[in-house]
Formats: sequence, C-alpha cells, structure tokens
Amino acid sequence: MNANKLLETLDKEISHSSLSRRDALTKGLNFGIKSALTAIPFALLFKPNKALAGTGDATLVLQVLNFALTLEYLESSFYTMGLSSNGLVPSSDTTVISQISKHETAHVTLLKTTITSLMGTPVAEPTFDFTAGGMFPDVFTNYQTFLTLANAFEDTGVRAYKGQAGNLQSNPMVLTAALDIHSVEARHASEIRRIRGNKGWITGASTPGVPNAVYGPGNPVASFPAEDNTMQGGVDVTTLVSFPSSASTEAFDEPLDMNTVLSIAGPFIKM
Amino acid sequence: MVIGLDSCSKSNNNGGSNTGTPIDVGSGDTGILNFAYALEQLEAAFYTQVATSFYSGISSAEQAILTDIMYHEVIHRNFFKAALGSNAIAALEVDFSAVDFTSRTSVLNTAKALEDTGVSAYNGAGAYIMNADYLTLAGKIVSVEARHASAIRDLLNPKSADFAGDDVVNPTSGLDFSRTPNSTTGGPSIVATANMFLKTKISATKLP
Repeated sequence: MNANKLLETLDKEISHSSLSRRDALTKGLNFGIKSALTAIPFALLFKPNKALAGTGDATLVLQVLNFALTLEYLESSFYTMGLSSNGLVPSSDTTVISQISKHETAHVTLLKTTITSLMGTPVAEPTFDFTAGGMFPDVFTNYQTFLTLANAFEDTGVRAYKGQAGNLQSNPMVLTAALDIHSVEARHASEIRRIRGNKGWITGASTPGVPNAVYGPGNPVASFPAEDNTMQGGVDVTTLVSFPSSASTEAFDEPLDMNTVLSIAGPFIKM
Repeated sequence: MVIGLDSCSKSNNNGGSNTGTPIDVGSGDTGILNFAYALEQLEAAFYTQVATSFYSGISSAEQAILTDIMYHEVIHRNFFKAALGSNAIAALEVDFSAVDFTSRTSVLNTAKALEDTGVSAYNGAGAYIMNADYLTLAGKIVSVEARHASAIRDLLNPKSADFAGDDVVNPTSGLDFSRTPNSTTGGPSIVATANMFLKTKISATKLP
C-alpha cells in the first residue's frame, strides 16, 4: 500500500473515530498533554511507512514537506481569517499582519508545488478550529487572543522546521527552501512577540500567555530540549560569558520533534 | 574536545593584517563553521562597540534590545571559538570607520546589514554542511539572527512590512534570502560585505 493510499486510509479512519476532542479537552488536562490524544492520528500520517523500504530518504522528505504544509495551511488559514474578521486587527497593525499572511499563503503554494514536483501528493487542507474546541472562544474577536495564538504558531513553526532540517539533508534544494522558510517564520515570531510587548527572542522556557508546551521539551529530550537549554554541542554556553544566564537561553532556539509539534497543533485541527 | 572538529583538516591561516593576505576559512564543515565564526566575530565586535557608547538619544527600549543582541552575538562567537578549538581561525581585526556610532541611523542600518547577511549566510551554507549535528547548531543560531534582523528592521520603520520586507523575503515564494559565501547574486558577496568591516580580510576560496 503506497503512502498516498495509507494517507487516504488514515483519513477514513479519522472520520469514523469515536474519539471526542471536546471530551479530552474537558477532562482538565493541560494544553499540549490533552491535545496529544487528538494528535495521534495526524502523527500517524507522517510516520515512515515500512512497506516502502528502499525509498527511504525520498519518502522521508515528502513526509517532512507534508508536515510543513499542514502547519502552513494552519497559519495561512489563521491569518486569512483574522484579516477578514471585522474590527479584529487594528489599522496600526494591518500592514504587519498582512505581510505575515502573504508569506504563509506563499509557503502553502511553494510546498504544494515542491511536493508535486517530487512525485508526492500534497495533503489536503484540514478544517481548522482556532478556538481549539472552545479554549480560545474569542480568537477572532479579541486581538490579544489572536496575537497570543499567532505567537504560539510562529514560535512553534520555527521549532518545527528546525527539528526537521536533519531529515532533509538528502535533498539540498528542499533543505535550503526549508531553511529559507524557517528564518522567515523567525522574523514573524520576533515581530509578533514585540507587538505583544515581549522580546523578539525567547527567554527561558516560557512566554507570557502562550502555552508552555510551545517552549517545552520534545521527545527525545536529549535531541529536543526545552527553550531554557544552555548546553550546545557539549558546551555549557553560560560558562563562555559573564552575562545573565537568560542571555544564553535566548541566543539559541531549540528544535522540536514532529510528534510534539503535532500535539501542540492538534487541538486546532478538526477531525 | 567538544564537537570533534579537531580531526578535520585545519583551516589555512596563511595571512593576517601584517601581510595583507586574507585568512582563508578553510574547507568542508570546518570551513563553514569558521566562516560563521568570522561573521559572529564581526557582529560581536560591532555590538560591543555600540554598547560601549550608545548613540545619541537612544531610548531605554532600544538600549535593552541592542544589549541583548550584543550578548547573543558574543555568546555565538565564543561558542564557535570553543567548538572549533585548534581549528579556529585567528581573532579578526575589525574596521568600523565607516560607521558613525553616535548616529542612530548609521548604527541601526549597519546592524540591519550585518543581521541580514548573517541570516543569508547560514541559510546558504546549510545544504553544504555534512554533519547533522553541525546543521542543527547552525539552525539554532540562524533563527535568532532572523529575530534580531526583524527587530532592527522594525526599529528603523516601525510596524511597516520591513521586519520581513520584500527586499529580503521573496514576496512570491515567501523565502528568505540565502547565499553561499562567494555568490554575487543580488549584490556583493557575503565575503566581500564582511571584508568591508575587517582590517584582517577573510577569504573562502574552498567554499561555494
């Protein structure tokens, strides 16, 4: 069964699933942990298919690209909906939000084209629920809520692309494109964070208002540490300077693994 | 030994400010990391000088931002020096005579050029890095440089599109600029740009 059929099969399984995301959310679990329950089917979409042994790197590259495409669909849809929500984005900020929106939509187009050119099938755009089942009911009526989620999505996007770079080494063109998207997301993140009144860079492993999972550890934690990590290439970078240790946590952004990213994004993706 | 670069070929330190011969960053992963080290040396020196005597009329918010960036670049520079060990190129003598450190415009525009150059350099080098761990490390740094670039650009033209402007992010593809060290597509090469601010010139003859 090839990857495309597998994806179709999984899609059918998801639509018949009796798993209720609202049930999971109302069980009082923390954001990120409860979302892991709902994210499992999507994580399965991107697991290497052993039936395709021999196609190795090329399959992995396509899976990474479809993972990225899912995140870009999410961001593109989020900003488009935000910009079309009457009275949400103040006129002072429409230029910034529009520029970000333009880029995310461009990323969707680029990724779909790239996947197709590599003989893959782009995943279909999911249906999104940016209230996350009612956790953020005013996402498109309260600008601060909108910005908080934008912050979450951008910082998560940076970590997601960073976490996948190693999986793209077999295809230098795709790796370069991914790196070139990754830095754009970081520009976005910096701007959104600053509009919210915070630093453009991440201090420690938290950001006011944003769920901690966005800055937390991934799995395995040795490869995907939380954002307060100061061990780089075996060096504790705090020993290299006499600056506040917060600076050392800010100086490096940390990668995040696909499954953990999907557990963060999961609540926003309707099944 | 931190990353194990000692086993790679040494960079060819065949020059210096005495002879006028550029210091070559070397080849392979060592060459790429030395290239990054050179750029971080430049940024660290620049922001250190900025922070030694901030420009006239600087706001406390801008002072905090530039101080943070200085911290980050010094950390990056010291990290590369530690990681490269005996394979590190020499400390480079900088030349900021073209910068007016009393002028907000001069300082921020120089910062913008350095940050954008750094982002494009890391992005352009990524595909040439062989070791996956080094690629991850470069990835961890480049997004911070992009955060810097975004903030500096926004200070220059607040709430405009400049934080990720069409001059640096392709409006059709949404891709950031990325260049190899010696590429002259779109302007002077990164090596040439860096050398504008270096008394000790560098070269990257064994890199793309």
